[in-house]
Amino acid sequence: MKIKGAQIFLECLKNEKIKVIFGYPGGSVLDIYDCLYDSKINHLMARHEQGAVHAADGYARATGDVGVCLVTSGPGATNTVTGLATAYMDSIPIVVFTGQVPTKLIGNDAFQEADIVGISRPCTKHNYLVEKTEDLPRIIKEAFHIARSGRPGPVLVDLPKDILGREVEFKPAEKVEIRGYKPTYKGNVRQIERVLDEVSKAKKPVIYAGGGVILSDASKELRAFAKKTNIPVTMTLMGLGCFPGTDPMSLGMIGMHGTFRANMAVTNCDLLIAIGARFDDRITGDINAFASYAKIVHIDIDPTSISKNIPVDIPVVGDVKEILKSALEVLKEKNVKKPARKNWFDDIQVWRDKHSLDYKMKEIIKPQYVVEKIYEVTKGDCIITTEVGQNQMWAAQYFNYDKPRTLLTSGGLGTMGYGFPAAIGAQVAFPNKTVIDIAGDGSIQMNIQELATAVEYNLPVKIAILNNHSLGMVRQWQQLFYDKRYSHSTFTQHPDFVKLAEAYGAVGLRTDKPDEVEKVIKKALSINKPVIMDFIVENEECVYPMVPAGAPISNMILL
Amino acid sequence: MRHIISIMVDNKPGVLARVSGLFSGRGFNIESLSVNETLDPTLSQMTIVTRGDDRILEQIDKQLNKLVDIIKIVDFHSKENNYIDRELILIKVNVDDKKRSEILSIIDIFRAKVVDVSHNCYTVEITGDEKKITAAINLFRPLGIKEIVRSGKAAMSRENK
Repeated sequence: MKIKGAQIFLECLKNEKIKVIFGYPGGSVLDIYDCLYDSKINHLMARHEQGAVHAADGYARATGDVGVCLVTSGPGATNTVTGLATAYMDSIPIVVFTGQVPTKLIGNDAFQEADIVGISRPCTKHNYLVEKTEDLPRIIKEAFHIARSGRPGPVLVDLPKDILGREVEFKPAEKVEIRGYKPTYKGNVRQIERVLDEVSKAKKPVIYAGGGVILSDASKELRAFAKKTNIPVTMTLMGLGCFPGTDPMSLGMIGMHGTFRANMAVTNCDLLIAIGARFDDRITGDINAFASYAKIVHIDIDPTSISKNIPVDIPVVGDVKEILKSALEVLKEKNVKKPARKNWFDDIQVWRDKHSLDYKMKEIIKPQYVVEKIYEVTKGDCIITTEVGQNQMWAAQYFNYDKPRTLLTSGGLGTMGYGFPAAIGAQVAFPNKTVIDIAGDGSIQMNIQELATAVEYNLPVKIAILNNHSLGMVRQWQQLFYDKRYSHSTFTQHPDFVKLAEAYGAVGLRTDKPDEVEKVIKKALSINKPVIMDFIVENEECVYPMVPAGAPISNMILL
Repeated sequence: MRHIISIMVDNKPGVLARVSGLFSGRGFNIESLSVNETLDPTLSQMTIVTRGDDRILEQIDKQLNKLVDIIKIVDFHSKENNYIDRELILIKVNVDDKKRSEILSIIDIFRAKVVDVSHNCYTVEITGDEKKITAAINLFRPLGIKEIVRSGKAAMSRENK
């Protein structure tokens, strides 16, 4: 039987077991929306395409499944670019379907035409323009395969209107066969043995774990490996939660706003085992001073990450989970005893005793306190999303993430406006979980329109605005490095966030008193609706510790 | 260091843009580039001449490998000159009675061909490796070159003897 391209599209999504699409309709995708009218696939209409793509991304990060986004051609497509770049930098599996003008009009500057395949080429893992309706099943299958396999990432599929309207025989694609795409999963056994050899020789080893551990679902294996070899673990922003933050062997976050003990341990270690991390500049600071006494092991599925920024002594290319499993097997076979490493842990204790995250609060709320209270009240049992800037760093520093996929944040691209739509995506995936967006008063305004989405679909997402009436991180840099010349970083005009919430049909709460913070959080959590909590916090508070950009990470400004 | 990289890619629209976009986006440079269909019409062969130290070449190689449409990469530099490379050049040279015999003798020396003639100009075709092409240009230059078009490189590894 012949069916329309649009129906084939939905059949293919069903075959991929897609339960929800985050989208926004428009002229070029009307055929799909017409089919969605009778379909069982759930569709959430965002209020802006950027909201839709971040929600798909949040869904993907929270679940590990591929997030799906559907938008129209032209501006619909270009509005997804920031979301694609965000997902690309953090290796998040999403597939974005964009409408396109009919094949015959492509290149004609037609109404709502944009060369989205050209535009998105550098910020997608791969992308497609579908040229024949018959190709739809194969391309959609390949798109999902590429998005979720290897080092995951966003894939875009551009769908011209006539392709969706034409009727052809539907033949589902059987299996994927892409000549130029064969990711490596199994690690080289010799290399793994070399790593274990170094582990047995090392006196001061550190594991530096990144988002790859979470993407590979390898938290259990990482924990077992760290315990078995008795190696402390520091995490990148993207890695938080891959090793329990409350575990005594956790050093906390590393890098520009990392803990003193993490940065000192990495600076002084004799063996650094990087797992699913990519030596980003916010982690390494001055690369010449980064772990300069250490042998460097790098376990990663993406060969381009290896020796890109820092020369690596022992690379192991493959899937983190597979490699750690093999390493654990070898350790078991050889019956290796757990080393004590007492001196090393004593050193770390001295650095820990610096308490680099301490702060003092008087009559004005400290933003750090709000994050700590959220942790206390929820007991950590929630999904945190963040915007970008100071709010993001405080959310990373003052909350202990014990489980993977509980912190959703735009680490690589640093996208303001990410957190709230991502929280919507996470809430769709887990309707009964508490989802809290830790936001700034600047970032939250970048996708505030999604409040309408949250209210419409009864998604009780909570937003905690750390309101310092400024673009805090910009202001912090101006404060520290530009003589407090606050050029365009402080707000003299803000909306009333409480009334704004109410205008959208959500609930707004506000406090500027430290002793009311806990009460406000508890109240917000008791309301089964989206709630904005507007915490009026200390304006000139800075994120500490801090490493100035480009300095060695041991060179920390402490409070 | 200069490298000649040969890349086997899917013969599909947009693949050249992916490769050139990768080079420009990551700050690698392309000195010359040629693309052609292979015996298998679903595949194309790209030959790129680029420069960089070992670290950059390692990145170029890995980043290219990461592109979904790329099937195989060979860096001829690692082949220790066990390869052949050729370019083709078309040169328009000004001709008058005084210069005619000198031009014809250069053409003869380089085993070049005159492929088009007008009353004051020869169009000459030369193929060869880079040294030969450059030498020919240098000899023609004082005689008056009107125009030059130079192809990118075609490169191939030698068979084991």
